[in-house]
Amino acid sequence: MSAAKKRKFRLNYEQRNAMRGYAFILPWLIGFLVFYAGCLFQLVRFSVMDIKIDATTGTRLDTFVGFDNFITAFTAHASFKQVLTSSLIDMVIDLPLIIFFSLFVALLLNRKFRGRALVRAIFFLPIILSADAVGSAITRATELMNNGVSAQAAEMAGGGAVSVSYYISLFGDLAIPPTILEYLVGAVNRIASIIKGSGVQIILFIAALQSIPGSLYEVAKIEGATGYETLWKVTVPMVMPHIITNTIYTLVDRFTTSEVMRLANETYQKYNYGLSSVFSLVATTATILILGVIVYLLNKRAFYYN
Amino acid sequence: MASAKKQRISWQSMNASSRSLDQKSRAVNGVKNTLLGLFRFVIIVGISYVILAPVIGIIAHSFFSRQDSINPMVFTVPINPTLERYTMAVKYLDYLPILGRTLLYVFGVTLIQLLICSMVGYGFARYQFPLKKLLFGCVVVMIVVPLNTIQFPLYMTFRYFGIGSNTVNLLKTPWPTVILSVFGCGLRSGLYIYIFNQFFRGLPKEIEEAALVDGAGSWYTYFHIMLPNAAPALITVAVFSIVWQYNDSFFANTFNISDSIILTRKLDSLINVIANAEKILTISEQQLYFDAGVVLVLLPVVIIYLVLQRRFIEGVERSGIVG
Repeated sequence: MSAAKKRKFRLNYEQRNAMRGYAFILPWLIGFLVFYAGCLFQLVRFSVMDIKIDATTGTRLDTFVGFDNFITAFTAHASFKQVLTSSLIDMVIDLPLIIFFSLFVALLLNRKFRGRALVRAIFFLPIILSADAVGSAITRATELMNNGVSAQAAEMAGGGAVSVSYYISLFGDLAIPPTILEYLVGAVNRIASIIKGSGVQIILFIAALQSIPGSLYEVAKIEGATGYETLWKVTVPMVMPHIITNTIYTLVDRFTTSEVMRLANETYQKYNYGLSSVFSLVATTATILILGVIVYLLNKRAFYYN
Repeated sequence: MASAKKQRISWQSMNASSRSLDQKSRAVNGVKNTLLGLFRFVIIVGISYVILAPVIGIIAHSFFSRQDSINPMVFTVPINPTLERYTMAVKYLDYLPILGRTLLYVFGVTLIQLLICSMVGYGFARYQFPLKKLLFGCVVVMIVVPLNTIQFPLYMTFRYFGIGSNTVNLLKTPWPTVILSVFGCGLRSGLYIYIFNQFFRGLPKEIEEAALVDGAGSWYTYFHIMLPNAAPALITVAVFSIVWQYNDSFFANTFNISDSIILTRKLDSLINVIANAEKILTISEQQLYFDAGVVLVLLPVVIIYLVLQRRFIEGVERSGIVG
């Protein structure tokens, strides 16, 4: 009888396996529940609170104020609404540019050519140069170098070198819709920030391109597909799941460096804790909604190889 | 017979025409390839210039002497180069001691991240347990909702760290970062867990089955068999973690970590310190010192990257981090 009782408490193979699985993820599980979920809950709580910290004793005083912080953010605050909409629009505008650019560069770098290692090392440099502390120096140096030697010479000689707006107006005469034209001109103006923002995406796309089985390209070649057709019928469908990964990464990355998060950070440094919580809460929710819609739309067109 | 001859002729003519077509297409292809190569070259040089221009500018300016900075004819190559900016920057950054502490901090956190994230990724990849899908969803939530969102609650957590009324103030120390990393919530830990999960799922299951048959326990299997096999993923995550942790300003600012541990924070105050101590009043000259400081700060991480670069890209390609 005691043997039978013992057997009752002994776990079977599946249960033991499950326990081992939990043991492996245990540190993260604790951390997630205590820090991540806990802090998310705190964020929601803080957003309906007025928080004061006594500077001398360090004690915290919370008072429940209901939706006051939300009402302040949306009606009384001077810039929150504008900053929120403009950063969301910026994120959505930059997204396709970064995705296309990084896919294009990945296709370029995926071929074998002389000096490829050097070019790759250069293209991934922006990841290293992304430190906030050196950001101001980089911006200033970019402005200094942007015009190049010839522009400097032209400036000294007096008189403009090239009238860019004249060429842009030429395109306008070709009856290209002005909104598209504006978008493209804006894209060219943003090229530095797009290049800076797509280092990791290029890496992910190169990894994706490497994982496409070569036999697919052989088949396409035997069937007589041109390079253009191969790109659209083989490469793009195969990297579609990775486009989704990259979309998520890009949006989150843009979000963490967006103006609205900077505003939330500034507000919190001015000891306006409740309002700052509302800002991050609203901005995060909006970003996740946008992300959800985009991923849903992409997912409908995605094709999973295995 | 006549028809056979005719057939032969037509076959010959077809053969000839196809040969000429072949030659023509080869010529077209040659031109096309040259043009494509040229196009690629132009694009690569252009983008490389956009990336490298500020770097070149900063390095060049860090050697400028006072005359060079006022001289409008000097663009990038200084006429009277000087090392004075560097000697001052090294002195006021307290460069070597702080760099040593920064590297210790960065490498320590990276090691913790590698151990914890690989463990969690492995657990998710190889074991079946209840609520697994939901929990992995939580990992994705960690990727999608960045730590920036919960900046203020995190600050509060470590300002009053502890249970009940027994709290300690952990701000200004590196402990918040270490604690968060140990519990898998460090800088971009979600992403690293995801990468390791993808990698371990791609490894053949037979390895572990063989280990199990040979009598290895699950921890032994993990540390002695799976981790050594995970070198590509380890290198990838290590490079990401070192670079991001070194450049990180979020943890440093949120927890107000002392600038005697974090070099990038020291850099923030460099201009003011040098301007006050050396009585340098012109902004353009203050900037030259800052440029030297930027070079000094970025140098170690660039070296680390260049050393690991080749294996890093191989690792990215082989680890299938996105699959």
